[in-house]
Amino acid sequence: MTAAVFFGCTFIAFGPAIALFLFTIAREPLRVIFLIAGAFFWLVSLLLSSLVWFISVQISNKDSAAQQKGLLIFGVVLSVLLQETFRFAYYKLLKKANEGLLALSQEETMPISIRQLALRYMSGLGFGFMSGAFSVVNILADSVGPGTVGIHGDSQHYFLSSAFMTMAIILLHMFWGVVFFDACEKQRWWAVAAVVISHLLVSCLTFQNPDYVASLIPTYVILFLMGVWAFYSAGGSLRNLKLCLTCKDKDFLLANHRSR
Amino acid sequence: MSCSPLWVNTPDRSGKRTATGPACHIRRISGCDPACLPGEGRSSFTFSASCNSVEKKIYVHLNYTVPCVRLLNATHQIGCQSSLSGDVGVLHVLESEENLDWVLSSGPNPPYMVILESSLFTRSVMMKLKNGSSRVAGIVVVAPNTNPVEGFSPHTSCPNENTGVYSESYDPTLAHCNVTVWNPLGNGLSYEEYDFPIFSLKDDNDTQVIRQCYLNHNQAVNGSSPRYPLCAMQLYSHMSAVTDTATCMRRNDINFSISPEMVCDPLGDFNVWASTRPLNNTEKGHKMWEKVVIAAARLDSRSFFFDVAPGAESGASGFITLLAAAHALRNVTQEAQPNRTIFYTFFQGVSSFHTIVLNTAHCVHAKYNSVLPLLLMFFCFADDYIVCILCIKHFNDLFQVRKLIENLQSAAAGLGFTVGEAGFSQPLPPSSFQRFLRARQIPGVVIENHQLNFTNRYYESMYDNAEYLNVSYPPNLTPEEQLKFVTDTAKALTEVATMVARALYVQAGGAENQQDNINADRQIVSQMLYGFLVRSNNSWFQQLIPSDLTSHLSKLILNYTSSEPTLLVQYLLANLTGSAINITQENCQNQREDENDKESKHMFTYMWVQGAAPPNNTKREGFCVRSTVRLSRAVSPAFELRDYTSKDYSTWTESRWKSIKGRIFLVASHELEMLTLGVGVGVLLASLLLTYIISSKADILFSSGREPT
Repeated sequence: MTAAVFFGCTFIAFGPAIALFLFTIAREPLRVIFLIAGAFFWLVSLLLSSLVWFISVQISNKDSAAQQKGLLIFGVVLSVLLQETFRFAYYKLLKKANEGLLALSQEETMPISIRQLALRYMSGLGFGFMSGAFSVVNILADSVGPGTVGIHGDSQHYFLSSAFMTMAIILLHMFWGVVFFDACEKQRWWAVAAVVISHLLVSCLTFQNPDYVASLIPTYVILFLMGVWAFYSAGGSLRNLKLCLTCKDKDFLLANHRSR
Repeated sequence: MSCSPLWVNTPDRSGKRTATGPACHIRRISGCDPACLPGEGRSSFTFSASCNSVEKKIYVHLNYTVPCVRLLNATHQIGCQSSLSGDVGVLHVLESEENLDWVLSSGPNPPYMVILESSLFTRSVMMKLKNGSSRVAGIVVVAPNTNPVEGFSPHTSCPNENTGVYSESYDPTLAHCNVTVWNPLGNGLSYEEYDFPIFSLKDDNDTQVIRQCYLNHNQAVNGSSPRYPLCAMQLYSHMSAVTDTATCMRRNDINFSISPEMVCDPLGDFNVWASTRPLNNTEKGHKMWEKVVIAAARLDSRSFFFDVAPGAESGASGFITLLAAAHALRNVTQEAQPNRTIFYTFFQGVSSFHTIVLNTAHCVHAKYNSVLPLLLMFFCFADDYIVCILCIKHFNDLFQVRKLIENLQSAAAGLGFTVGEAGFSQPLPPSSFQRFLRARQIPGVVIENHQLNFTNRYYESMYDNAEYLNVSYPPNLTPEEQLKFVTDTAKALTEVATMVARALYVQAGGAENQQDNINADRQIVSQMLYGFLVRSNNSWFQQLIPSDLTSHLSKLILNYTSSEPTLLVQYLLANLTGSAINITQENCQNQREDENDKESKHMFTYMWVQGAAPPNNTKREGFCVRSTVRLSRAVSPAFELRDYTSKDYSTWTESRWKSIKGRIFLVASHELEMLTLGVGVGVLLASLLLTYIISSKADILFSSGREPT
């Protein structure tokens, strides 16, 4: 539409991700590397799934709408599975490199749980950044021009809803990363399956577009649920939250030190 | 009089007129349509078709756009200009002249892009829009499929006012159209300056889409303002040149970068001329005091919009008649050569747009020293059955002129029309002859098809086309059959061509009893009319041109660029006045008759044309045409003398441009855009705050198993 819409949608889509990057990742070079490595793994998974997609589209009958729709669903499912596979591969890689990384890192002052949390959520955020970029950058590029979607009858809120969806996807990838790594660590395979299923669910919800309400609201519900799950698997609890909110943390810290 | 290579539009200047394709964005990593990103499945909005790029959802590109372009002369700039990134305006289809009020003052969503039907494309509407140009983003004129009945001429009412022979110093009573207004329908729109783009669209499906978009989104209901989103259009026609010719020529000369950019081009092309007797090209061939007879016609035409200037009555009918007359004289001038040489000349730059100075002055400039005095006979265009001759006053050779007129009248006797003579009080109509007269006093005659003012109701406009000349064919004919069909217009022009040919022959000193042998061929006239006005890519033209020029012919019909008729007229004249000779292609293309021949190239021009394919074969048999046809550059002397503020010579230049395109789309309200920006900034700030809080309290929030029990 114009520069205003461009910047608005960019901030909506990438706002939380930029904030997370600025405050938690930007200062530690090792964390940046983890982030980028995660992004790269997602990129490779996308490459593979698009290769399969390209070949299957060329073979398919381009005129049959039902076939194209089926092909799209197949493509989505395949891509989700490949992404999760590569998330698992990244987990394996990080595990192997763990000792070496620990030697390199300067995070000895940090409690182990935080370090682990940082590792997990960075891989998730890396996935999220890349996924968000591929989802929304070309839409943003077109939003700079003077026109808005709608001359052929599509909904006017295309840009806004794409931006909100992207924000949800980025945060979801981060939460999935945390839950997935934690589940792999503790060998809880049902949790891994749950992550995969929720990813599939969110992707398939986008088939509801252009009924944006029907796709965005369930996505945000799932986002909230995954957020809570990630909070708990990261070591958080309701008590900690209450402590934080009521500002009794100072006493808590002092108590902690004394107990050591 | 040299044969310089043809000067065609450089690619930069002629700008693209088709829509650019949609950009291929990151989304399409596995190939453009129909593939789309499978990751999220978001782009599958329409299941019936495959994925669309986002740009296709937003914009509808206009396919056929004809812009009005900017032209500059020594003192002014005329034409249209858009901003560098295109002009965006909310669409408004103008219903009547009163409806202009919505555009100019009461409409709530300026600037507007005004869509005009051709009936509203008048001077009063355009002047009002020009004065309110802060609220006008551009104008789109819908060209109708049939010519408007009331006539339309964007030229001035007194063409070539300041560049003809009548001026303050010579016969001021006849200057500035005091006696006869030649073009009464002229509204002078072509000579105004507009600072918004003006495009012309055909009245077809694309334009219907535009009107439908307007009806769906932009119509005000019961006087209330229409609600967003509104249908809007963006037009790109940015012109590089500004102010006047001197400025743009100076900017052309700036050579700072590796690839210097030109901003404008001087208007010019080539004149075509041929003689009945071959003349030696070098200096030695000219004899002093040799008298010649010149018959001239104009080649060029102009209209308000760029490149749509068929010029059927103003130009094409004239040069077609002269070509036919030249053909009629071919045999008799070879058998019984008249005393004086006859020159057939086709002038560019006669349209008063770049004034007749363009080249006739140059011609006089160059010819002055060599061949004189000249006995001239001119004609401009001819239609109908009445032909007028206009008289020249105040010349010593009045006796010569009398003889000319008598020759014409006797030549016309026995043909199907009468030749009338205008009185002494009538000035000469604007024509290239006036330019010759400005230089020296020469006897001559202008042949027109009107007595008082132009009968051409569409002078220098895009409606001066085949339909106006009544060049029409019975339905259900194939192009080949249409080519062979002889129209009534062709028959009329043939009669005139016969008259002209006979009079020329007698004037040049030929025997009067040979007149009955001189007849123009109506088949050829009809084929020429078809080729120039309906479709130039026909089998006859294909035979007459060399093989590397066939792509020039396959343009759109009626898409009449300035170099196209020059080429065609050159080859046609060669074919109709020259002869086919039997030499090899190599010799022909090297302008010689055999290996040792060094002299023929000064006398003749040799052209290798591709010819026709014999019936049992598909390969064309080319042959060599030897003729006396030559080209001469038609550029104003002002550019050769580098006097860009000259008052004597034409200084018209045309600006260059990068892209010419248009597109329509919906625009959202300003409030919605600001809301989006506000929400974005809010989300960013909120997430920054939240992240800061969480990261500073992270060790508390996520520390499980260390609470003191």
